[in-house]
Amino acid sequence: MADKIFRVNMSTLSTAIEDVPANWNGLGGRGLTSTIVAAEVEPTCHPLGGKNKLIFAPGMLSGTVAANSGRLSVGAKSPLTGTIKEANAGGTAAQMLARIGCKALIIEGLPQGDTWYNILISADTITLSEETELVGKGNFDVVTAVQGRTSEKHGIMTIGPAGEMKMHSANISIKDPDSRLRSCGRGGLGAVMGSKQIKYIAIEPTEAKVEIADPDKFKEANRTFTKALVDNPISQALGTYGTNVLVNIINEAGALPTRNFTSGQFDGHEEISGETMHDTIVEREGKPKHNCHTGCVIQCSQIYNDSDKKYKTSGFEYESIWAMGADCCVDNLDQIAEADHLMDDIGIDTIETSVAMGVAMEGGVLEFGDGEGICRILREDIAKGTALGRIIGCGAGSVGRAYGVTRVPVVKNQAIPAYDPRAIKGIGITYATSTQGADHTMGYTIATNILGVGGSVDPLSHEGQVELSRNLQIATAAIDSTGMCLFIAFAALDDETCLPALVDMINARFGINLVAEDVTNLGISILKTERAFNEAAGFTNKDDRLPEFFSEEPIAPHNVVWDISDEEIDTFWNF
Amino acid sequence: MAAEDRISITVKLFAFFRDNRFKKQEQQFPANTTVRDIILFQGINPEEVGVTMINSRQCTLDQIPVQGDQLAIFPIIGGG
Ligand code: SF4
Repeated sequence: MADKIFRVNMSTLSTAIEDVPANWNGLGGRGLTSTIVAAEVEPTCHPLGGKNKLIFAPGMLSGTVAANSGRLSVGAKSPLTGTIKEANAGGTAAQMLARIGCKALIIEGLPQGDTWYNILISADTITLSEETELVGKGNFDVVTAVQGRTSEKHGIMTIGPAGEMKMHSANISIKDPDSRLRSCGRGGLGAVMGSKQIKYIAIEPTEAKVEIADPDKFKEANRTFTKALVDNPISQALGTYGTNVLVNIINEAGALPTRNFTSGQFDGHEEISGETMHDTIVEREGKPKHNCHTGCVIQCSQIYNDSDKKYKTSGFEYESIWAMGADCCVDNLDQIAEADHLMDDIGIDTIETSVAMGVAMEGGVLEFGDGEGICRILREDIAKGTALGRIIGCGAGSVGRAYGVTRVPVVKNQAIPAYDPRAIKGIGITYATSTQGADHTMGYTIATNILGVGGSVDPLSHEGQVELSRNLQIATAAIDSTGMCLFIAFAALDDETCLPALVDMINARFGINLVAEDVTNLGISILKTERAFNEAAGFTNKDDRLPEFFSEEPIAPHNVVWDISDEEIDTFWNF
Repeated sequence: MAAEDRISITVKLFAFFRDNRFKKQEQQFPANTTVRDIILFQGINPEEVGVTMINSRQCTLDQIPVQGDQLAIFPIIGGG
């Protein structure tokens, strides 16, 4: 059965299942969402208007047994940044979409009235229905209710109240195998889904399998690939401490943005560290190790229980913990876990919202360190859509404008995450040049700047940072197209068996003959497609800049500023 | 060895290096002790070490800390 494009038009309330155009055939994940956005969305359109489209695409290997291949990409023009956007997450949806033969789901147009809808898709049907009961509900209620209507095995992609209210930091949540949530977090894609008045999309389970052109070759390549992941010491540490193992090392490196980016070290770092979190999880009988989709062999997720040993949150990531912790000076992991849970339920990006809280603290809305206050604003303002809630829910830039704060850590209006670019210069290049606003995952130079993975580049020097960021951004665009979790990159950078095995799997799946260079070229063409979309939307190299406070305010303990020249930044695009 | 030949270093350990050891401890070493020797002194296999920093700057295993330095020793870790 050949893969199909599933299309839903919300203006005409019609659906179609179409053949895949030939030039989309070899694509998946981010490569496909960005290609479709570039082909079908007017770059200058309003992101929340009828001309924007929301695209869901499983990766090239999603739905197969390939380890860690279950990432789902979602793309559109972003209401937060105005650029092209791709956000990806685990959960069960990517694998289920691939198995029903859905290469991509495209949602276009806007409904006329204020009726809300839900969508149910299976291998050969798309059913669009009116939704009333779940409008206004949080994501956890949606999952419970939809499972009641359908089955526990159905895949679910949903928005919470933030998406319904079209807040620019709203995310799209994907159900995981335990009926909990993973988020396509950044860039406000939940607001795009909200603009189209779709509360959730459910996917019917199937017994069908993804077709593999050469099953024996595939199996063997997957064995090699899995071994490379499992044997990698970083994979093992991720399983024990989660991504939050980074709090202490980034703090030690003097690059943990603290108190709205005014210091590089946080006094309360031990309290919020991965080591403390691990011990707390074990003591409260949670699970330090957990996977966001079947087939993940790294298992960086976890189950964090409250002090009564009851489930509080999972997928408790370093960036979320840093943002509510160091950036807002909250040194209480339970308050951070509560806020994390609330944000998952409201359906809002933890990074953007917490950095926005830090800016709000500087603007005098609440005190630094007020974890209770953060939870109160989430419950009473953001979830309910008060004026303050909408200002914070539209991100750090929005708060800065509303409260006259100039120290606003954003690039292209998207909040800068957990690594200070003054003390880790490579990541500053990624923030500045990424096609999607500040985003560490676009070119994770921390690997080489701090962790000694893929070589070593001094984080405080100028030398080699542009090249490092460029190589990683190209590789990442390719990896984001395969459906692979980005954490395979640690093995890929240091274990020479890993990448060839990945290319072999792609070849065996589709019966093609790619070589490593083809994969690099795929990454290059994705970046160029995204960049061209942004240029047509009105962006220039002047937008590839960090906020001026980074060049003016030295950060402790290294007392360094951002000092990479504009000309040097612009050399990024020389490829 | 004369007392004045000894220097004191604050050693910080992270992740599983803390198991049955400590988070932070001031220790005395003869001057000219390398980072590698300090690691071995903790009973840690240098091959398991991912990152070392002296006073928040990355350092090599051959570097020699001086009186009052803080030495941070991390296993091979990552995240993102
Ligand atoms: S390593 Fe973490 S993010 Fe990646 S697939 Fe596994 S649980 Fe999901």
